[in-house]
Amino acid sequence: MQPDPTQAAPEAMLSVRGLKKVYQTDGGDVEAVRNLTFDLRAGELACLVGPSGSGKTTLLKCISGLMSPTEGEVLLDGKRVSGPPKKMAVVFQEYGRSLFPWMRVRANVELPLKNQGVPKAERDRLVDEALEAVGLSHVPRSYPWQLSGGMQQRVAIARAIAYQPEVLLMDEPFAAVDAQTRADLEDLIRTVWKKLGITVLFVTHDIDESVYLGERVIILSSSPTVVQEDITIDLPADRDQLETRSLPRFTELRHHVYEQIQLAKKGHRPAAAGSSAAGPTPATASGADVA
Amino acid sequence: MKTLKNLGYLLGLPMLLILIWWAATLGTVNFFVPTPASLVKTFGEVWFSERFFTDVLPSVGRLVAGVSAAIVIGVVGGVLIGSVRWLRSLLEPTLEFFRAIPPPVLVPVLILLMGITDTMKVAVIISGCVWPVLLNTIEGVRAVDPVLSDSTHTYGIDGWARVRYLVLPSASPQIMAGVRQSMSLGLILMVISEMFASSSGLGFTIVQFQRSFSIPEMWSGIVVLGLLGVGMSFIFQWAERNILRWYHGQKEVENAA
Repeated sequence: MQPDPTQAAPEAMLSVRGLKKVYQTDGGDVEAVRNLTFDLRAGELACLVGPSGSGKTTLLKCISGLMSPTEGEVLLDGKRVSGPPKKMAVVFQEYGRSLFPWMRVRANVELPLKNQGVPKAERDRLVDEALEAVGLSHVPRSYPWQLSGGMQQRVAIARAIAYQPEVLLMDEPFAAVDAQTRADLEDLIRTVWKKLGITVLFVTHDIDESVYLGERVIILSSSPTVVQEDITIDLPADRDQLETRSLPRFTELRHHVYEQIQLAKKGHRPAAAGSSAAGPTPATASGADVA
Repeated sequence: MKTLKNLGYLLGLPMLLILIWWAATLGTVNFFVPTPASLVKTFGEVWFSERFFTDVLPSVGRLVAGVSAAIVIGVVGGVLIGSVRWLRSLLEPTLEFFRAIPPPVLVPVLILLMGITDTMKVAVIISGCVWPVLLNTIEGVRAVDPVLSDSTHTYGIDGWARVRYLVLPSASPQIMAGVRQSMSLGLILMVISEMFASSSGLGFTIVQFQRSFSIPEMWSGIVVLGLLGVGMSFIFQWAERNILRWYHGQKEVENAA
C-alpha cells in the first residue's frame, strides 16, 4: 500500500518524495515538515488540508522551487525541481501583494509571457483568453489596487493561466476574500481546471472547500508534518454550490475530513507515514490510487 | 474659476511679502536694502544680458550634469548594494564615513586634484548629491515585498528583467524621495563650488557683486537662485506625478478603506 519513497509512479506529473524541511534558527532547529510523500497524476485536482501550522506553506515553497528541502526531493514530470520550474505557476493568498501595483491588469498578466519572449500576437491572444476565462475582459486598463479583492485574485489566476503551466499551485488563494466571492472563485477554478486539463494542487485550511473542490484530499498531520490521510472525493464531476453541498455524501466526506483534522490537532499520527488504514468510509483509498 | 483659485494660492504669499517689503522700504534710503522697484530694474539689466549665457547657463548646466550623474550613480549603486548582501556588509561602514564628510570641504581637495575646471565643480555637486539617492535606493531595494518577489521568481523573471520590472519600480517611491533631497542639495553645492577660485557662474557673480558693493545686483542674483529652486521643484513634482501615479493612487485607496 505504501508508495515506495524512492521511486515516483511513472505516470506522476508531480511527485513529492520523502520531503523534509528543517529551519535553522537562533533558537535551535525547527522541523516544519518531517516526511512527506505523495504523487499527483497529470490532470488531477488535489486539495491539501491540514491544521494551521502544519507546514503547508513550507511544502508549497519547496514544491515551487522557492526553497530547497533539507531532505528528499520534488519531481515535476520526472525532473527534479531545483528552482522555479517553467511548467509551474503559483497563486498566492496575498493577492494584494502578488500583483505589480505599478502595472495595469493587462500588463500584469502579460509580463511572464513577455519575459519568456512569446511573440506579441500570441501573447495578446493568451492574455485575452485568460482575462476572458476569469471574467475580467472589461478591466484591462485598471490598476490592480482599483479592483476588489476577489477581482485582484482573478487577475492573479488569469496571469497563472496565461502562463500555460502544466501544474498550478494555489496557496490558500481564497482565504482573504469574502464568502460569496469565494464561492464564485471556487467554481471558477473547477471550470478552468476542466477546460485546460492542468494538474492543480490547492492548499487550503477550509475543510468544506477542500471537499467541494478536490477530486482528492490529502490531509496533513500537525507539525512535524507527515501525510495523515489521502482520500478520494467521489462526488459527481459537475459540482454546484447548492446541489453538491447538500448531498449526503458531501456531508459524510466533510465529516470525515473534519475528524481527521481534529485528530491531527490532538497530535495523533498515522501508524506509518503515507498510509491511511484508519479511514472509516469505504471510499477512503489512500495510497491505493497513487501506487 | 478653479485656475484662478490655484493661481491665488500660488501667488498670494509672494505678493504679500513683496507688499510688506515695499512698505518697509518706503521713504528709506538704506544702501544695503534696495526697494522692489529698483531690484526689478536691476534684475532686468543684470540678467537679461550676456550674463545669462556666461554665468547662468554654465551654472545650470553644471547643476543638471551633477545632479543627473548623482542620480544615475546613486540608483545603480543602490540597486547593487541593496541586492547583494555581502556587498552591503562590506561597504556600509565605509559609506557612513564618506557620507559624513561635508562636501564643501572637498572643494579645496578637488581643486588640487582636478584643477579649477567644470569637472571639479560637477564632482563637488556629485559628492554631495549622491548620498540621499544612494541610501534611499538601498532602503527601497531591501524593502521589496517578499510575496511579490516570490511571484516574480516563480514566473522565471530573473536578472535584469527582475531589476527592471520588480526592483526599480518597487523602490521608486524611496528613490524619488532621495532625488528630491539631492536636488536642493545640488543647488547649494553649485553655488559653493563657484565661490572658491572661479571666474564664472552664479555663485562667483554674487560674491563678486557683494565685494564690489553692487548691492542691488547681489540681491538680484539671490533672486535668480530662488527662482531656479522653484523651477526645479516644479520639474520634480511633474516627474514624480508621472512616475509615482500608481503609488499615490494605491495610498489613496488604502487610506479610504
